[in-house]
Amino acid sequence: MDIKRNYYEDIELFKSNTILVWSILFLIFLAILPWLVMKYHLLGLSVYIVNLITVHAIVAVGLNILVGFTGQISMGHAGFFAIGAFTTVIFVLNVGLPFYLALPLGGFISSIFGFLLGLPALRLKGPYLAIATLGFGMAVTTTIKHLEFFGGRMGLQAPKLYLFGTPMKDIHFYYMIMIIAVIMVIGAVKLIKTRVGRAFIAIRDSDIAAEAMGVNLTYYKTLAFAVSAFYTGVAGGLYAFILGFINPESFHLIMSITFLAMVVVGGLGSIMGSIAGATLMTYLDIKLQAIQDISLIGPALVTFSQKYMSVAGISNIAVIVYGLIMILIVLFEPLGIFGFWIRTKRYWKTWPF
Amino acid sequence: MFGQLIVSGLAVGACYALIAIAMVIIYKTSEVLNFAQGEMAMISTFVAFTLLETHQVPFPYTLALTLLFAILLAIFFEIAFLRQAKDPTVLGLIIITLGFEMVLMGFVGWKWGPDQRALPFPVSNIEAYNFYGLFISKINFWTLIVSLVLMLILFLFFRYTKLGIAMRATQQNQLAARVMGIRTKWIFSFTWALSSMVGAVAGMLIAAMGVLDPPMMMDPLLKGFASGVLGGMTSLPGAALGGALLGVIENLFGGYISLSFKSVVAFAIIVLMLCIKPSGLLAKHYVKKV
Repeated sequence: MDIKRNYYEDIELFKSNTILVWSILFLIFLAILPWLVMKYHLLGLSVYIVNLITVHAIVAVGLNILVGFTGQISMGHAGFFAIGAFTTVIFVLNVGLPFYLALPLGGFISSIFGFLLGLPALRLKGPYLAIATLGFGMAVTTTIKHLEFFGGRMGLQAPKLYLFGTPMKDIHFYYMIMIIAVIMVIGAVKLIKTRVGRAFIAIRDSDIAAEAMGVNLTYYKTLAFAVSAFYTGVAGGLYAFILGFINPESFHLIMSITFLAMVVVGGLGSIMGSIAGATLMTYLDIKLQAIQDISLIGPALVTFSQKYMSVAGISNIAVIVYGLIMILIVLFEPLGIFGFWIRTKRYWKTWPF
Repeated sequence: MFGQLIVSGLAVGACYALIAIAMVIIYKTSEVLNFAQGEMAMISTFVAFTLLETHQVPFPYTLALTLLFAILLAIFFEIAFLRQAKDPTVLGLIIITLGFEMVLMGFVGWKWGPDQRALPFPVSNIEAYNFYGLFISKINFWTLIVSLVLMLILFLFFRYTKLGIAMRATQQNQLAARVMGIRTKWIFSFTWALSSMVGAVAGMLIAAMGVLDPPMMMDPLLKGFASGVLGGMTSLPGAALGGALLGVIENLFGGYISLSFKSVVAFAIIVLMLCIKPSGLLAKHYVKKV
């Protein structure tokens, strides 16, 4: 059943008709999702939140190419995100390019920075790489904050986008972002299945062995950084226009950690896992930020906070839950949601045994 | 001006050095990069703040209680989370410490709120001493003294006490240390406690120099990493030297070139150092066999 007879079967997007059917069903679900959300308030979502989740999913997929498939740690992806966001807005505002050109250009500039960061990363491993990328993320935010060109501390206002002469609303954004996201996810899946992806995985498993097999480490490591930065940069550009306003303060270290958490919670080395992780973590974050509005738990927590904690900082519960999820995932399910999914699948496949 | 910049750079560098030392202590023994270091120091500082401000505890007792809290916190983290990880990867360990960092940060934000506060420290951060025309604020002066004394104590501790030697043995070869009768698990807990204490002292000094608020340790954390990389992540004197150097370089850069890009210097140093000499200034370079 699972035997591959030639190379082209191996790189096929849909391994079986079942997967094809499910994928089409999922795409249909995505197409009617805004309608469900607006009409029935599914899970308390709004189109804006779904947009945010989708953007985060793009970042998570991009980061997973780097962390999950190539095995390079990055704690500076908020930097790429910021570069993408700011350059896209500037291309639209100052240069006057149309959005559909500015967005890939923003991603491209971000990927140039990814390539540059990839160069020192060639010599670094594990903890040292984490420190270097962490420094990169912080340096980008500081630089942007102090340059007047980027609006300084105040940040930039993203211009309104027009679709056939009418200003775009969340729902229009939804379809635009979703189409971009689907294309990028399919691109990532394809990338991993081809020669490049196999080189990435070889580097992750053992870079010395990979080099001995003829994988050009310099080329593929910097390529992984560049591709990952491209995904993040494009997502950043989209993010700027969803929010309508960006300031450098929001692209801080916690954001990089959040991205990393999405990838780890979703499952390292699994594209679908990243999407699931991004969805879960973004949803939790937004819901827990407004924890006092949740019925039953909310009021109880408010009274508890009044007594022992501070009410002003109650949204910090989101951060606590986030941190706990990260720790517990590493301790109990290192493969994240993806690992959980595999185990469940195996359990049912072999069911009564 | 040059002398002035160097002196104040040294004082700031002393704080970086303390954080770097706290990280190096852990990294040396267990090869875990502790991203929660800053937040562990911050929560200890907040405990000190509550004791001083709300309960009016005299400073020496506050210091003792804070250090005790720091020890308990570190041991709790080591036993409850780190020890539970079954053969973890580098990324896994980083994620655990990052998760703990977020838990602590969220807890502090919830308990104390996002306001900025001033730590009622017995040394003023406004008055200054005057040494032959060089002004050094009292807090900076005492920071220098405290860190030098702490470094000396740590040096003597690692060199001459039984526990210190046991820690070095564990670092070099865990299995051999176990065979020699060293309880390596205890050593790890103790390492974390020691590091957390050093971090708590650094946190209090940093809060006394500036303000006390939840994100206060973000920047010093990066500087601590930079100092560690500069001096060598496996060398205590290296971390101390790295901290001092970083403080001075940063201050000179801020004084002569550009004040607003001062904090980018740390990143530049990290990248340069990692490219030229990844093991750092003072650490011995060794390559792991595959």
